[in-house]
Amino acid sequence: MMKIFKFQGGTHPPDYKYFAKNVAIETLPLPEKVVVPLAQHLGVPADATVKKGDTVKTGQVIGTAHGFISATVHSPVSGTVSLVGPVPHPVLGTVQGIEITSDGNDEWTEEIKPVDEKTKDNIIKAVQDAGIVGMGGATFPSHVKLQPPPDKKIDLLILNAAECEPFLTCDYRLMLEDGEKIIRGAELLMTALGIDKCVIGIEKNKPDAIVKMEQLTAERNDIEIAALRTWYPQGGEKQLIYAVTGKEVPSGGLPMDVGCVVHNVGTAAAIAEAVDEGKPLVERILTVSGDAVERPGNFKVRIGTPISEVLAAAGFDEENCAKIVLGGPMTGFAQAKTNASVMKGTSGILALTKKWVDDKPESPCIRCGRCVSACPVGLEPTMLETLAMSREVNGLIENHAMDCIECGSCSYVCPANRSLVHAIKYGKGQIMALRKAKKN
Amino acid sequence: MWLFPLICMGALGIAFGAGLAYASKKFAVEVNPKVEALINVLPGANCGACGYPGCSGYASAVASGDAEPNLCSPGGSETVDKIAEILGVEVTAAEPKTAFIKCAGAKDAVKDSNYSGVQSCALAALINKGPNACKNACLMMGDCMDVCQFDAITWQPGEIPVIIEEKCTACGKCVQICPKNIINMRPKSKRVLVLCSSQDKGAVARKACKVACIACTKCVKECPVDAIKIENNFAIVDTEKCILCGKCVAVCPTKAIWDGRPPKKSVKKISDV
Repeated sequence: MMKIFKFQGGTHPPDYKYFAKNVAIETLPLPEKVVVPLAQHLGVPADATVKKGDTVKTGQVIGTAHGFISATVHSPVSGTVSLVGPVPHPVLGTVQGIEITSDGNDEWTEEIKPVDEKTKDNIIKAVQDAGIVGMGGATFPSHVKLQPPPDKKIDLLILNAAECEPFLTCDYRLMLEDGEKIIRGAELLMTALGIDKCVIGIEKNKPDAIVKMEQLTAERNDIEIAALRTWYPQGGEKQLIYAVTGKEVPSGGLPMDVGCVVHNVGTAAAIAEAVDEGKPLVERILTVSGDAVERPGNFKVRIGTPISEVLAAAGFDEENCAKIVLGGPMTGFAQAKTNASVMKGTSGILALTKKWVDDKPESPCIRCGRCVSACPVGLEPTMLETLAMSREVNGLIENHAMDCIECGSCSYVCPANRSLVHAIKYGKGQIMALRKAKKN
Repeated sequence: MWLFPLICMGALGIAFGAGLAYASKKFAVEVNPKVEALINVLPGANCGACGYPGCSGYASAVASGDAEPNLCSPGGSETVDKIAEILGVEVTAAEPKTAFIKCAGAKDAVKDSNYSGVQSCALAALINKGPNACKNACLMMGDCMDVCQFDAITWQPGEIPVIIEEKCTACGKCVQICPKNIINMRPKSKRVLVLCSSQDKGAVARKACKVACIACTKCVKECPVDAIKIENNFAIVDTEKCILCGKCVAVCPTKAIWDGRPPKKSVKKISDV
């Protein structure tokens, strides 16, 4: 049994996983039309390689990565390109994207073939070609994490299965139903990194997943299962590293600074598919939950499926729905419309009725300091809020606003109902604008 | 013995006084007398509209010839005259400018979501780009009023802020703060402008707002001096070319063009006299 460290701060919201926890993953029928934004990942958007009227097959490249920190985009269905231009994006509003009308045949392109020799370089190339990004929600291109600079020595791979966000159960279902694929992904990732140690971190509120993964790894010495404290944000990259290794990622640093690489279990499974089957990232598992859907559940859907279609499949109660959130309730993005589409990083869709929506007005800060003790990074959210609202960029930099992981713990615990993360996000925007101005 | 401390302290005082007097001569910082004079005539608002850090920064730049002498917009023509006098050159004051908000329909515009968070434009713009269906509409939360040092902006919750032309000094603070980038500058005399920044296509823009510019190009065709052009689906009046004829106002189908020209005085005909 390995030692688990306890990170400071955090909070424990009710997990509400009962909605979709026991519903097996269901594959949704092919959508008639998919809308694929070219900016689905962190970094530079991909460049479109098709034009209106082109015929495409499933898995065919429709957008090539622009630079190193970018990811390839593939066609999720076979059919005809009906639009290359502005499409709705759940966070950015409108971005360049590609709309494909499906022909319903789902013909796969012939370019799909498994990697013969599973060497380090071949695996990294396969991951890059498959357009795999972090599927926990951060959507950082995975191949970048597999190529650390030579002066950084990596000795541990951590697979993130904490799933600390309330409501979400897609990683849990994946572990129960397709755990072998995750283990296979872990093997490939270890080969790609040239290491032989992997820890899979699972929160203790998923005991059957822990048992299942332990059974699968019972014969192996290189993969260990860590049963983590059920505590938000246990699945935050830096918190997970601390929980497993006791090492703290330095301010402004990356996991590789402490010799770790963290991948989501969903990403590991996608990497296994990409290497063993040559399958690009064209579908993902997501949780549809909340009390404004009749049949909450976990669905395997093609990337680019409109959110409205996914919701309809789960029995969407449009009349009573008061709020739609893409992602988890703590870090997700509220949606005004359902016209955006599922992206590589969409881990869940929540449809909530009025009783879940907190619209109490905010009141003045009472200096109780609860946000300070809840912050898992050790920041002072109340101070950062004040600095952000008075646009003191230098103060924000001095108080390490950029280290905020936007987990939402401070806003969650605030008795005065203040939108702390919201203000800090604005502050981070100011720092970013200043850096950009200095660069030019 | 009461004399002893008096003499000591007195001697010390004289010695230090002499030292200070010497130091102030020896280490004196040479100041251009023009800079002093310029600082005195500048308004002292330190608004930064000239592009320099504060009035003294601008004064030294003007004195050394690095800056044009007519950049102080809060000071207006009087200040420019005074600066010209100090520098001994002839300067023509640029036409005073004022800010204007390029949105007229936000109050009655269609909303696509409810925003109940902090009442600040900057924060509201982070979520869904604001609650209005038109993503370029004024958010009506008064961030521009907060930054205005000259009380030139008034605002009531739920209304588009009003810029008081007489007080506005064109310092540009509101232009910088507006998260929607819909505050622009215009010369004070130019009072025919398109008050819309909607970048949506005509049909979408019209659905979101009754007074949206739908980029129909009627005004472009009507303008006798080619002062109007369409960019990003909305019309822009080039204030340098505009002759304030008002023909575009008449043809605009959505009434998106603002006509702020002073009312014409009724000319009495000779027969009436």
